[in-house]
Amino acid sequence: MNKHLLSAADLSAFDIRRVLDTARHLAKVTDRAIKKVPTLRGRTVCNLFFEDSTRTRISFELAAKRLSADVINFSARGSSLSKGESLKDTALTIEAMGVDAIVLRHGASGAAVRLAGWVQAHVVNAGDGTHEHPTQALLDLYTMRQHFPSLAGLRVAIVGDVLHSRVARSNVLALKTMGAEVTLVAPPTLLPPRVETWGVGIAYDLDAVLPKQDVVMLLRLQLERQTAGYLPTLREYARLYGLDARRLAAMPGHAIVMHPGPMNRGVEIAAEVADSIQRSVVTSQVANGISVRMALLYLLLGGPAVAEAEPAPAAGQAVGT
Amino acid sequence: MTAPRPVLDAADIGRILTRISHEIVERNKGTAGLALVGVHRRGVPLARRLAARLAGIEGGPVPVGAIDVAMYRDDIGMRPPAATHDTDLPFDLSGRVVVLVDDVLFTGRTIRAALDALVDFGRPHAIQLAVLVDRGHRELPIRADYVGKNIPTSMDEDVQVAVAEIDGADEVHIRTREELVG
Repeated sequence: MNKHLLSAADLSAFDIRRVLDTARHLAKVTDRAIKKVPTLRGRTVCNLFFEDSTRTRISFELAAKRLSADVINFSARGSSLSKGESLKDTALTIEAMGVDAIVLRHGASGAAVRLAGWVQAHVVNAGDGTHEHPTQALLDLYTMRQHFPSLAGLRVAIVGDVLHSRVARSNVLALKTMGAEVTLVAPPTLLPPRVETWGVGIAYDLDAVLPKQDVVMLLRLQLERQTAGYLPTLREYARLYGLDARRLAAMPGHAIVMHPGPMNRGVEIAAEVADSIQRSVVTSQVANGISVRMALLYLLLGGPAVAEAEPAPAAGQAVGT
Repeated sequence: MTAPRPVLDAADIGRILTRISHEIVERNKGTAGLALVGVHRRGVPLARRLAARLAGIEGGPVPVGAIDVAMYRDDIGMRPPAATHDTDLPFDLSGRVVVLVDDVLFTGRTIRAALDALVDFGRPHAIQLAVLVDRGHRELPIRADYVGKNIPTSMDEDVQVAVAEIDGADEVHIRTREELVG
């Protein structure tokens, strides 16, 4: 593991497997009467959120607290940022207070990479602009692994606003590392330029793709995309790219439906699909997010302070006294 | 290089486990209210084998669990994060006599972590400790109730326990640092 988690591209297949395996072991902490282990006692994690977020911030907060770390929550609203303080000054101020890790959510693509260059603390990218959201990809892979024996060869369709989606970017990188076959499905206006260089399948017709998928991941369509001219109407988008009961029936019986949330019911996902207990794994994605983030915080903060130069331990190496 | 003779071979380990299981029964006057908990990794198969022997002696099944101490270690942040395993305690610890099982007792720090982990799951009536090998060099006030073999070692030696379930064979070896590095 690197010192920071800035991009899903930083993670090797070994790293991803280690995070997912550790998450599986740590998931059990949540089932206990005492939902806490003393692992990160005395460490401080700062959730530095410049964008609104409910699930990601709460998920990181719970993950840190279940490992006994102290948590500071900082959101842009009601802070010195409204007085015009820069990201760098804010980060240095927080670091001066003795923080071991900064979890950053920021509207600008690349913010996490910049931050990592300024501070000594570990930096975890919790979403930077339209760039990446690596912990979402990790929890998505964890959820897929709960339903399928292997990620290699798994057929995953990512459907919707790929252009603006950090979830899609991180998932494509992590899924490719693990050998999954990814197909992006979107109207041409919502695919990024040079998407053909990503090494994934591209399709415009959702109905043609659905019968072949193991996983269908829907992306949130931000409603302001219509006014920005990417779409003729939301209704047309929903008709062509929304997952409704008819399309769900066209998917293989074993296939699962994923969504990073928050969902626009009736746009990219019909209410009856979102609520389908057999097929939709949306609520397990949320629950898994905590275990995956616990694993990540443990693997990043549980090592020596000079972790950057640390060679990775050999796979399966026994540790004990 | 010819492989050095093991300190304990499969037959020795089998006899030790049989003896320890009798000691457990004798000391606890039976197996009622008893549970075995193996410490990952090699304590877990040893606990299962002891449970099978206990069932053979007294008849009733003895519940077996596994505990992972990675999250409770006292050297977190001082070395690369230890690998994690499943903690699986499929019974209520409260009021039971729990026999903690590990392969090697050395500094006592793993057992200290295991004790902390155990009490997060309940309040056992008592906790006892069974180890296959006690190699000395304790750094904490911890001792075993059941010891397979006391093997005095120096600090630059390592006691390596192999169990069939994980390593394909039952053997205990002592190796020096040079042998390990080479």
